[in-house]
Amino acid sequence: MSESKSREVLWSPVFRNNPIALQILGICSALAVTSKLETAVVMSLAVTFVIACSNATVSLIRSVIPSSIRIIVQMTIISSLVILVDQFLQAYFFEISKQLTVFVGLIITNCIVMGRAEAFAMKNGVGMSFLDGIGNGLGYSLILIVVGFFRELLGAGAIWGYTVFPLARDGGWYVPNGLMLLPPSAFFLIGLFIWVLRTWNPEQVEKD
Amino acid sequence: MEHYLSLFIKAIFIENLALAFFLGMCTFLAVSKNVKTAFGLGLAVVVIQSITIPANNLIYHHLLKPGALTWLGVEDSDLRFLGLISYIGVIAAMVQILEMTLDRFFPPLYNALGIFLPLITVNCAILGGSLFMVERDYNFAESVVYGVGSGVGWAMAIVALAGIREKMKYSDVPDGLKGLGITFITVGLMALAFMAFGGIDL
Repeated sequence: MSESKSREVLWSPVFRNNPIALQILGICSALAVTSKLETAVVMSLAVTFVIACSNATVSLIRSVIPSSIRIIVQMTIISSLVILVDQFLQAYFFEISKQLTVFVGLIITNCIVMGRAEAFAMKNGVGMSFLDGIGNGLGYSLILIVVGFFRELLGAGAIWGYTVFPLARDGGWYVPNGLMLLPPSAFFLIGLFIWVLRTWNPEQVEKD
Repeated sequence: MEHYLSLFIKAIFIENLALAFFLGMCTFLAVSKNVKTAFGLGLAVVVIQSITIPANNLIYHHLLKPGALTWLGVEDSDLRFLGLISYIGVIAAMVQILEMTLDRFFPPLYNALGIFLPLITVNCAILGGSLFMVERDYNFAESVVYGVGSGVGWAMAIVALAGIREKMKYSDVPDGLKGLGITFITVGLMALAFMAFGGIDL
């Protein structure tokens, strides 16, 4: 395992092969949690942890899983990890876990986790799979955090709960954009994000 | 009766799984290139959703809920932490059973749905529906209505998106936005339109 290969595995999913912007994976549950930066960050950490551990576990037992039941085995590993995360959040970060509601559970059906287990971990060694999991987790986190940052900043004039733009109703100058707190804005922001990413990397443009 | 009707309408329009909660987005974006396949997938989701949500409702109320095991003589049980793993198990099993039943008794429908059936196991709309059912503490009848309603809402959203994407062939989209980018923006606009249903209260 050479140094450059590991670096490639770790960083390529962040920009060049981003799971959300390019592979259309894992958009499902994530966007509803991005109206605030704090929930977005917690969700990113949870997903990164699950992908990395599930990738490593699947890769560890890949040679003994019969291929006909591999989906069920992967599902079981992933759901056990998600239960761990869910219980941990409920025990130590109850407030945040209440805000995330069902979306922690939905990490199970997050296609990134399944997709990486199937596409990468079944073919590669433990160390590489772990790195691949972290890389894809970071790629996912990047989008979540960017979207969460802009939604909270423009929608509530704050970052991480601290006021950045003083709001007009409290005597400041910023009139918050209510649209940013509503679900559709996440779609617009991701659409624009993809546009930026593809203008920067023209080879990603889809031909139709 | 009115209560159920209101729940049904709410599940379809106001709390549409795809457009208000972003559930099932991966398949929503990937399989909406033409109306015919979108319709097949939508139908499969309605069927699975109306079976798994009531089934998971029974499991939650008779096995997992605190004190649910009194009929076995176990007084203070709380198996809620096993929830996630049992719901996903039920969903995977139901999808498999449905696939075999359709194959055996309704071959035309099986051929029409084809590859979409196995895909549904990892569709977050299905698991999401079950989790919302638990969170809102629906009883059995409510869960049946919610299952059908949320399935119909999702199906409607994907067929509508596919219709728009078919027409989009005639538009001149900027290079970087082609494909995925413009689809996101379209879905955003659809979600915005669906919010107009927000005020409806039956």
